[in-house]
Amino acid sequence: MSGVLTIGGVELGSRLVMGTGGAPSLLALEDALVASGTELTTVAMRRVARQTSGGAAGDTSMWGLLERLGIRALPNTAGCFSVREAVLTAQLAREACGTDWVKLEVIADDVTLLPEPLGLVEAAEELVRDGFTVLPYCGDDPIVARRLEDVGCAAVMPLGAPIGSGLGILNPRNIEAIAAAASVPVILDAGIGTASDAALAMELGCDGVLLATAVTRAADPVRMARAMRLAVEAGHEAAGAGRIPRRERALASSSPEGRLDLAL
Amino acid sequence: MSRTLPTTHAVVNGEPYPLDSPLPLTELVARLVPGSVVDGVPQGVAVAIDDAVVPRGAWDATTVGPGERVEVVTAVQGG
Repeated sequence: MSGVLTIGGVELGSRLVMGTGGAPSLLALEDALVASGTELTTVAMRRVARQTSGGAAGDTSMWGLLERLGIRALPNTAGCFSVREAVLTAQLAREACGTDWVKLEVIADDVTLLPEPLGLVEAAEELVRDGFTVLPYCGDDPIVARRLEDVGCAAVMPLGAPIGSGLGILNPRNIEAIAAAASVPVILDAGIGTASDAALAMELGCDGVLLATAVTRAADPVRMARAMRLAVEAGHEAAGAGRIPRRERALASSSPEGRLDLAL
Repeated sequence: MSRTLPTTHAVVNGEPYPLDSPLPLTELVARLVPGSVVDGVPQGVAVAIDDAVVPRGAWDATTVGPGERVEVVTAVQGG
């Protein structure tokens, strides 16, 4: 494992954070989560289904799955469009999941699904004051990321591209700038389409990657989960190794010394 | 979102819930999701009454009365 990711004083053995949305079944999700090697996985908070039969209570099986796999739950505030909704959802998640970690989402509208930066900073500040470990999903604006860090967030999670778009990292220079300036972990969240996107995020200096759709809606989710695990590790290693500078012209890698002088 | 309710109902997860008298919260949740409350301790569920979270430790002492809005939530796939 290529180092650990420390968030809010907790060490995670994997730099890949998984989402759980979009999986066709809990069984398929379980196999993908195991293949990804993740130790932190998002869940959403929703009303319990009414009139469930049998022992397991509706979707609490999602909860049971993470408990069984020993994966830490990262409840999100997905679907919240206001500060108040997001704060209440985070508080409910703390009670339901027994964790004060929250992936904070304050979404501007349900078409773009882009983060609403003013509400996000306000909600983050309120939740930090209330004792939460806040991991905000934000845009790729370095100044918003700085503000989120200023109010006490434990990480910042800028998007690569809109949620579910699979477009990769649209503004790599901003992501690089955020990673260079942050003193908390930077986790690229949203937009990842394939393994090279995840590797690029790490090469740009991110500390981790959060993705869901790229795996859960892949033709072979388990195989893609494995690819993502390897890509995040590879990208992290490459970032640590230090890439060569880009050059305009070729540079021979074999020495010209001792070349044959053939009269051909 | 305010609406007039018969005084014999609470609103649970957006739907009218018949209620003759105040009902212990643990009882209400156990009816909604059997197995989610073990020895009075909620398992993976959380409750808000009139937009205020009811902490786990306060469940035993909490009743749901007519006219109150109750949200019962749990973790599901998402994000």
